[in-house]
Amino acid sequence: MQLLTLSPILFPLLGLLINAALGRRMSEKLIGAIASLAVVASFAVSLYLFIGLAGLPEDMRAAWGAVELGVPWIQAGELTVPFGFQIDELSTTMMLIVTGVSALIHIYSIGYMHGDPRFQRFFVYMNLFVASMLVLVMAGNFLLMFVGWELVGLCSYLLIGFWFSNIKNAEAGRKAFVVNRIGDVGFILGILLIFVTFGSLNFSDVFGAAEMMSATNTPVMVAITLLLFIGAVGKSAQIPLFVWLPDAMAGPTPVSALIHAATMVTAGIYMMTRAHVLYFLAPDTQTVVALTGAITALVAGSIALTQFDIKKVLAYSTVSQLGFMVAAASMGAYVAGIFHLGTHAFFKALLFLAAGSVIHGMEHLRHSKSGHGVSDTDPQDMRNMGGLMRKMPLTFVVFLIGALSLAGVPPFSGFFSKDEIMLDALKHNLPVFVILTVTAVFTAFYVGRQLIMVFFGKPRTKDADHAQESAPVMTVPLIILAFFSVIAGVFNLPGVGTLGHWLESMGVHYEALPFDIGVAALFTVLALGALGLAWIVYRNAFVTAKDSDPLAKMGGVYTFLKRAWYIDAFYQGVIVKLFYTASSFLSRVFDLEGIDGLVNGTGTVVRDMSMLLRRAQNGLVRSYGLMMLLGVVLVVAYFVVSAMTR
Amino acid sequence: MDTISPYILLSAVLFAMGAIGVLTRRNAILIFMCIELMLNSANLAFVAFAKQWGHLDGQMFVFFVMAVAAAEVAVGLALIVTIFKTRNSTNVDELGQLKG
Repeated sequence: MQLLTLSPILFPLLGLLINAALGRRMSEKLIGAIASLAVVASFAVSLYLFIGLAGLPEDMRAAWGAVELGVPWIQAGELTVPFGFQIDELSTTMMLIVTGVSALIHIYSIGYMHGDPRFQRFFVYMNLFVASMLVLVMAGNFLLMFVGWELVGLCSYLLIGFWFSNIKNAEAGRKAFVVNRIGDVGFILGILLIFVTFGSLNFSDVFGAAEMMSATNTPVMVAITLLLFIGAVGKSAQIPLFVWLPDAMAGPTPVSALIHAATMVTAGIYMMTRAHVLYFLAPDTQTVVALTGAITALVAGSIALTQFDIKKVLAYSTVSQLGFMVAAASMGAYVAGIFHLGTHAFFKALLFLAAGSVIHGMEHLRHSKSGHGVSDTDPQDMRNMGGLMRKMPLTFVVFLIGALSLAGVPPFSGFFSKDEIMLDALKHNLPVFVILTVTAVFTAFYVGRQLIMVFFGKPRTKDADHAQESAPVMTVPLIILAFFSVIAGVFNLPGVGTLGHWLESMGVHYEALPFDIGVAALFTVLALGALGLAWIVYRNAFVTAKDSDPLAKMGGVYTFLKRAWYIDAFYQGVIVKLFYTASSFLSRVFDLEGIDGLVNGTGTVVRDMSMLLRRAQNGLVRSYGLMMLLGVVLVVAYFVVSAMTR
Repeated sequence: MDTISPYILLSAVLFAMGAIGVLTRRNAILIFMCIELMLNSANLAFVAFAKQWGHLDGQMFVFFVMAVAAAEVAVGLALIVTIFKTRNSTNVDELGQLKG
């Protein structure tokens, strides 16, 4: 049972060990196949566990899914941390999403990374990521979860800077790592405070004790939940720590799809759902969380309106959608949050992979031998695209499905999950509802803009003109993801609430809100209206690659949005600069003159003293003799004098 | 004046002559001879005191000193001969290579 339960983690580990040890001698296809098979096996076991869990009566599930290795991990004083894993309704749901999407992206990557000199390393990192993410999801205590949390951060760093020979990519990886550390400090402090308060780190102990509590808003609970939330802010790219995610697009596109859209960045929402008992006890924290989520959604959505890089648009869109999920969690609508997490994993992974396919197509000309010289146009800049609908019809169709799902057009999956968040917001928090409604309009508009700029009109560059559809190894995963983007809504249909009842059985608060035709109609109209508006504005906006954006007529507002609200500039100009100034003071003045001065000063004093003493050693034997004689005379004189005075 | 004082006085004079010789001479052989002089002045004092107090300890010590002096001559003369062979001089002031 233990081995079976842990095998979703062990399979990717096995895959990465094989690839790391023997990959040098294996062909690309074999490496890709081993890595993908490991994840597929992991998915199969997850599905098996899921079915096994679903077949049990509700009250037996918790005991069935708790797995503990015989040896404790840490034993120090009062602290005992076991190697404890928890298979329950929530973790199996996440495991299915993580392994399912990962498997498809692994297969896609075989085509996308073809010919890369570090092909083997890429798949080693990817398998490591899947294993780490599963540790995070399956952990049965906060500390083990933190280990997974840090490991996925490491994989994120390694994969953002995967093409590290370009300094910008390496810097983006470093930025992601550093910004995430800020959040992680909050998380580990929260964990320490949990241990101090509850005397244990196991989920079952902590949440069991918390359920007995009745007082809300006690300072310690507010502190714990806020500290945990800081961790979520870092990992799930919320304001004020979202700046790393757009830069993280420097990594290969499958990485952006897997880590920076579908799985790792949702860890914060998963953690908050996991700790829902604690958040229930701290309504004050929930207010902060709600505002953070809603404002993040709005800010990131508005920035996405003005980006030209095909991946940057999707990156800001991801930040914005994560804001939706965080806002949902803040209102106790954890089910809606996890539901949106799932549908978003499908359609955003789809959009990223389709964007990867577009980039791949745009690069076709420079890779083909018959290419007419090397092109220097940016293959990710949407101004250089246009008219790809005819060149890459399959990519267009799947991108369209993902876009409509993101925009929230029925009957695509994004519509259902977003609708559920909106219903909760309308009922519990009107300001959040208003902000999210505006964001929903932005979402439909920027995704419409992207769709038109990339696929409609005429090709604006030679690269776009020579674009070709990608190979089946890339398009088949796209089709599967597109299928799920369409139908994922059935997992939690309003009125049925499959996912809701599934999670409710482990105690996650679920409020089955009735389907509101008015709200649904409102958002359908808003989404279609915004798409229509985008069509009107952008249909003829770009004829050549050098045309400016019609929104640029807004002047200062446009620049403000394009520069991402100057948030990054503010961090660079104030915080990073202050930090560098302080560091350079410490290194140049404090270290070189203070610390080194002390050490060198000691040396100088000793040397100068020695200079005096070495005069005595002049090399003349006779002077040594004189010294000895004087010494003897002194000693004798001492004895004589002391004998006479006695 | 008692019987021991002349011996001790002679011993002191010999010792002072030896010491001055060691400090003022540059020729290694002369320094060597002066050291012998100092040793023998000490021997004289030993014998005088031994006679005065009727102990044999002092006379016994003289033999030790003679043995040490003989060994010293053997080693010291060998050193001086070697130094003379390599440097063609026995001037101790020229032997300063080990000076720090």
